[in-house]
Amino acid sequence: MSDRSRLRLVVLRVVVVSILMTLLGRLAYLQIAEGDKYRAAAATNRIRAVITPAARGQVLDDRGKPLVSNRTALVVSVTRSLVRSQPERGKEVLARLSKIVGIPAAQISLLITPCGEKQKNGARAKAPNCWNGSPLQAVPIKSYSAINPVEVRRVLAIEEHAEDFPGVDARYAAVREYPQGSLAAHALGYLGPLSEEDLKKEKYKGRPSGALVGRAGVESVYDDRLRGVDGVQRLLVDKDATVTGTLGTVEARAGDNLVLSLDGDIQRVAERALAEGIAAARQRPDLKRSGNFPAPKGAAIVVDVRDGRIVAMASNPTYDPTVFVGGISTREYRALSNDTGQPLISNATQGLYAPGSTFKVVSTAAAVAAGNSLSGYYQCPSAFKVGNRLFRNFEGEQFGTINLTTTLVKSCDTVFYKFAYDQWKRDGGTKTRTGAAEVFPNMARSWGFGTDTGIDLPDERKGLITDRGYKQRFWDQTKAVKCKRAREGYPEEAKTDPARAAYLHQLAKEFCSDGYRYNAGDAALFAIGQGDVLVSPLQLTMAYAALANGGTLWEPRLAKGFLSADGKTYTALPSAKKGTLSSSRAVLDFMRVALTGVPMEGGTAQTAFRGWPHGQVQLAGKTGTADAFGKAPTSWFASFAPAGAPKYAIVVMVPEAGTGGTTAAPISRKIWDAMYGFGGKPPLLGPGGVLPATLPVVRPDGSIAPPGTRVPRAPVEVPPSPEPSASASPATGNKALGGVPGLPWSAPARRTSWGEK
Amino acid sequence: MSPVRLRPREISLRERALDRTSPLRQLDWVLLLAVTSLVSVGGLHVWSATREREIMLGLDPQAFLKKHIINAVIGMVLGTAAALVDYRALRAYAPFVYGASCLGLLAVLSPLGSVINGARSWIVLPAGFQIQPSEFAKLAIVVGMAMLLGEKRDGEDSPRDSDVLQVLGLCAIPMALIMLQPDFGTTMVFIFVILGVLAVAGAPARWVAGLLLAGIVVGGLVAPAVLKDYQLNRFRVVANPHVDPRGVGYNVNQARIAIGSGGMFGKGLFEGTQTQGRFIPEQQTDFVFTVAGEELGLVGAGGIILALGLVLWRGLGIATRATDPFGRLVAAGVVSWFTFQSFENIGMTLGIMPVTGLPLPFVSYGGSAMFANLMAVGLLQNVHLRSREL
Repeated sequence: MSDRSRLRLVVLRVVVVSILMTLLGRLAYLQIAEGDKYRAAAATNRIRAVITPAARGQVLDDRGKPLVSNRTALVVSVTRSLVRSQPERGKEVLARLSKIVGIPAAQISLLITPCGEKQKNGARAKAPNCWNGSPLQAVPIKSYSAINPVEVRRVLAIEEHAEDFPGVDARYAAVREYPQGSLAAHALGYLGPLSEEDLKKEKYKGRPSGALVGRAGVESVYDDRLRGVDGVQRLLVDKDATVTGTLGTVEARAGDNLVLSLDGDIQRVAERALAEGIAAARQRPDLKRSGNFPAPKGAAIVVDVRDGRIVAMASNPTYDPTVFVGGISTREYRALSNDTGQPLISNATQGLYAPGSTFKVVSTAAAVAAGNSLSGYYQCPSAFKVGNRLFRNFEGEQFGTINLTTTLVKSCDTVFYKFAYDQWKRDGGTKTRTGAAEVFPNMARSWGFGTDTGIDLPDERKGLITDRGYKQRFWDQTKAVKCKRAREGYPEEAKTDPARAAYLHQLAKEFCSDGYRYNAGDAALFAIGQGDVLVSPLQLTMAYAALANGGTLWEPRLAKGFLSADGKTYTALPSAKKGTLSSSRAVLDFMRVALTGVPMEGGTAQTAFRGWPHGQVQLAGKTGTADAFGKAPTSWFASFAPAGAPKYAIVVMVPEAGTGGTTAAPISRKIWDAMYGFGGKPPLLGPGGVLPATLPVVRPDGSIAPPGTRVPRAPVEVPPSPEPSASASPATGNKALGGVPGLPWSAPARRTSWGEK
Repeated sequence: MSPVRLRPREISLRERALDRTSPLRQLDWVLLLAVTSLVSVGGLHVWSATREREIMLGLDPQAFLKKHIINAVIGMVLGTAAALVDYRALRAYAPFVYGASCLGLLAVLSPLGSVINGARSWIVLPAGFQIQPSEFAKLAIVVGMAMLLGEKRDGEDSPRDSDVLQVLGLCAIPMALIMLQPDFGTTMVFIFVILGVLAVAGAPARWVAGLLLAGIVVGGLVAPAVLKDYQLNRFRVVANPHVDPRGVGYNVNQARIAIGSGGMFGKGLFEGTQTQGRFIPEQQTDFVFTVAGEELGLVGAGGIILALGLVLWRGLGIATRATDPFGRLVAAGVVSWFTFQSFENIGMTLGIMPVTGLPLPFVSYGGSAMFANLMAVGLLQNVHLRSREL
């Protein structure tokens, strides 16, 4: 053998040894160094969790009447992996299914395709024509009412001929039902499936994709308690998902029932009164503009001033939450979102408007805080000169020299202009200086404006309270854009609406040069709830509630407590204090008395409250008519009763609907009438003019009875939750007083029908 | 002929078999033992990988084990023949073996051939048999190359350029046919075998280096242009395990999970959750090493690597001790073949080599490969016996 061959053989030996060492090293690395990782992967590989959704808790009103419940539906679902393991990828199975459910096979095929998967045409499956959940989960295709025997028989053919429908099943399942239709839709919210995107969020960690979660309203805020605990069966499976064993089973636990302070009957009255009031406004001609008032939307809120609990909260226009059951189609959702009235938006918590004269309670408190006498007399001319501009009263009225009571009852703007102007001068006028007292804006903040109310609903809006600091910050942020507009104007706007373009151009010019200044005009307009001030109807409601209850600003609450599905646990949710008004008791008492004049003879709401039995229930209120450029004014009415010892406050707001006295006050009147039974019907408020303070009770059969019903075995006999406290810890308690058993609607609830097969 | 005729008495068959010079005594027993243990362990793994599926299909759970044993027995017979056949006869057969292989490779491309896993590599025979001619082609080119380069010329101990060209020409035909299937893995085995044989034959370094370079160029530049996307993914997945998660990435990830979860001592034969759950496709053939990794752990799977190492080491020893170039080149060719194929097969289950359809020598299930491998071992023994005789 040549030396070269010998050498080459040695090289070959080296190659062989190094290759073997490489393999051994890599093997040891995978098995020893990374062994734990792969052992974990191997475990998840073969364990599949099958999830039995827990029955979701009902949402009940204060008397235990279900606002959201569940009904049994027959749901047809398809497990894609099983269908596709059939010949021709289950073409025949889908064709047979198509005949039964009446959906084209191609459409079914799309619906069960996992989102993001590449399709035949190369495109990736996109929502809504794909399944957003786990590829192994059965995809619901269609749900049928379990009551309709014809449909049930047809669909059950799937189960009867299971051999013809591998991977398809028809099962009974609980779906959301709204026994009261669209009642309180904005407060209740709706459910929607979790998308892959949502699963990345901390809130939804560990939840199965495609699971239904609350998407709005209390369904969203109290999702944790309502949803219960899903049952999980951990199965050992092989590659084809064939079950080879069971590791363990966790039974599903039904979610708690949520009891709201919302009263279904008062809510219905409020919604109807609001809708009728809006309809009436649309019949009234707007004398300053052509045509009738548009009154496109509105809100009405009833709150218990003693603890901040919401009794009714209406927003118009509304929507029927049933459209979300079984998955809303893109077309339906778009229709709801694009509607000009924005029915998905709650005007009560998300609508922001200038409060107009209803804001004068804040201004009065601020004026007194600024040093003006509560018992003083003030000039009410028809106009007041602020700088070089004349600020006029509504329709140029003048009342001479008047006291503050008359100022509020007649809603004299000029008195407030002077209060604000004087304070503005004391604070240094246009000269931006630190240390300005800013009495008016700070008073507004103390009354809860410009901040979240803290209601248990998602996405409420803060509104806007401006002062010197705000103006400077805002100008710094926006001057670039606005100064460009000041130079160039609004040419695109000018094509369609030259007047508006000129107005906007003028505004931009003023803003660019002086926008950082807190002008006397700004301060004057602020005092009458105009200009930059924006509030939500809920904020105003809570402010009036605070005025009525003597100065406590409550966080508004919809939820009152939880009842466990088995009726064994009652959890009362305490209400929470947000703060205390920085106004003296005397000022508040004074205003409470002063506002009783508004709905009486000579007050701005006298027409709406003509015939109100002031002797029986004394009412206090304030109208508001907030101007908006180019539009009819926003109509407001804020009121509370009984004025001597207030229990409830109502705020009604209808934009583009004229004066507070003509639109909002009559709506409020209707609600008050129904609550106290002045409209010829029995009162909706219980004995003593109050609503039940305790939670409904669960009967042994699982049905729900109104608060105070005596049930054979009262679960927990503890005293009722004491005076509402600001503590956040949930108190447990139930008051089982002898009450009025068996109200008409208290027939056994349909809870027992959940999940049966 | 040797002067045995002078012996005075008849020697019994038993005595002859145990004689110091008899093939039975002279065999490389270590090599044989290593191969036998690999084949046996392979049988267990094939069994473990197929048992559950056969039960599910209502078939005989031992079907694959039985066929593996039958393959091994037939292979042993063929190997024995290859070990004992006259050396010169072997040379005489070489052109015939080569021609038959080429015809077989042509046949698979004809309508006789069947496509399995994307490659037209099989001829399906009646009664459930199928032949993979490319396995035999490996044997044919080893012998063919050894024959061409083993012709001793006076005063020359290394092949001339013309010899190298002849060899390349010889290999070009079966390689081209295999690439048409397309079978990338076997093509790579060919390249490695050619390199190994040429190198050991003492071919000029420029040829060895040039071939190496050509291999890299073909692999790096030509392959990406010619190969289909799914084939390229088999390369991409080495660098990035998340490529093609429903295709080749699935195999690679599942293989890694199975092996990685085996740990030091494994989960026990028939106890591997990934193996018994049938998560790994082609587990009894190309991915048989994952069974060893999962069920026998580092100890068992490492043992297989060491046993393969022993086979290669003995083969290299036989090549070194071979007394003539033909024997040395045959041994070197067989070693190169087993080296590359083992590396590629195990490497792909460990995620360091691209996925190809190469079985693990002796361990994987498959008749053609088993026959070819055991015949190659027979050739090693043949060379070994011959170097001892002289």
